[in-house]
Amino acid sequence: MAKAKNPKVFAYRRENGRVGIRNHVVILPLDDLSNSACEKVAHNVKGCKAIPHAYGRLQFGKDLELFFRTMIGTGANPNVAAVVVIGIEPEWTNRIVEGVAKTGKPVAGFSIERYGEFKTVEMASWKAKEYVQWASELRREPVDLKEVWVSVKCGESDTTSGLASNPTVGNALEKLVAMGGTCSFGETSEITGAEMVCQERAANRKLGEQFMATFNAYQKMIDDNKTDDLSGSQPTKGNIRGGLTTIEEKAFGNLQKIGKKISYVGVLDKAEAPTGKGLWFMDTSSAAAEAVTLWAAAGFVAHFFPTGQGNIIGNPIEPVIKLTANPLTAKTMSEHVDYDCSAILRGEMTLDQSGDNLIQMLVRTCNGRLTAQEVLGHEEFVLTKLYESA
Amino acid sequence: MIQFLVHEKADNVGVATVDIKKGEKVTGLYMDSQKKVEVKALQDIPLGHKIALTNLKQEGAVIKYGHDIGRVVAGIKTGEHVHIHNLKTRRW
Repeated sequence: MAKAKNPKVFAYRRENGRVGIRNHVVILPLDDLSNSACEKVAHNVKGCKAIPHAYGRLQFGKDLELFFRTMIGTGANPNVAAVVVIGIEPEWTNRIVEGVAKTGKPVAGFSIERYGEFKTVEMASWKAKEYVQWASELRREPVDLKEVWVSVKCGESDTTSGLASNPTVGNALEKLVAMGGTCSFGETSEITGAEMVCQERAANRKLGEQFMATFNAYQKMIDDNKTDDLSGSQPTKGNIRGGLTTIEEKAFGNLQKIGKKISYVGVLDKAEAPTGKGLWFMDTSSAAAEAVTLWAAAGFVAHFFPTGQGNIIGNPIEPVIKLTANPLTAKTMSEHVDYDCSAILRGEMTLDQSGDNLIQMLVRTCNGRLTAQEVLGHEEFVLTKLYESA
Repeated sequence: MIQFLVHEKADNVGVATVDIKKGEKVTGLYMDSQKKVEVKALQDIPLGHKIALTNLKQEGAVIKYGHDIGRVVAGIKTGEHVHIHNLKTRRW
């Protein structure tokens, strides 16, 4: 078990009571057209961060709802101290401003039409300067580690993932959930082969059925759009070369990330915030940047990312803690790796010890240690798009 | 020094953590109990690939992570390499 039952970390208590481990001031574009103005503000004012993206125009229906949920959630995330929103027109800009304002944090919106970009950048820069100076005087305070919401997802997996790095995450999650923490896993399509077991891990039967309905809907989307038989691509040729034989084996390796005993207490839609403690399933793509963007928008403030061959993903507001058990990856890509757990493969470390080490790395990250991804500036912010714009 | 790992007590395969050569007597470690097990490798088992810990009959199940990961399509002897030539998914 972890050394302390419920370790303290130094973090930021936000206006709505949530805990953040970073203190970002973000300049959030409503739409693709406003990326330029946001980047100009971030250039003028040091200590803030623009989060450019490719969408926000002519989206409609469920896709538009997901867009707003993701943008508002990104601004509302407790790792963000204050937000400046810039959009081409005022109405949708204000929708983001009003959504973020519900958290009680400082937020202001500017729109480019009737002002032009120069004037907008000037007004937004003044506000950004005010927010950055205000945020720079906020102080970390001691909080329980259980208040730090943690999401998990793996990438570029190989056999070392199922053997050691994924079970390390599972061990850490069991400890965090036992403390009373809030955690989430997802990757709907990569559960294929172990979906019956994942269904059984639900806290009750109704929830298990809800998971299966979500899983089946994702499968149907893949079936409706695929152009060839997936049996030829799952497991991949690389997986097979590495020793993975069946899709079931790959999926059970993936599921090691949720440990052996914890049940999940809810099924979340994309970018939907959990309403209580425990482990939550979120319906996400298995593409790393898309999935982590959705968790950040749901309010998760730290991410565990086990990798085999070496996925180098990051996120602008949710620190991504990367671990690998592959000694070659740990050696050749060490600038991307926060925690090397390859000692498990040599029989020199137990999963229990490794889980403790990962929690220790989480504690250090909460207290301010920058992750490899943060230092390297990996800030992949990728919106999930459900279908074409109108 | 170990040459393979076994996830759980119920598993009938281990996973090589080094390249195992035919004829070697190799030691594995159960990750749940930390108990050790010895097997004589009947074939080369590359790093990351599976080694059988018991004899497995055709149409039986290969158990890894404590779960059925597919059906045996050709009989397997203790110490043999378990992969696409003798194990198939139950999905397709």
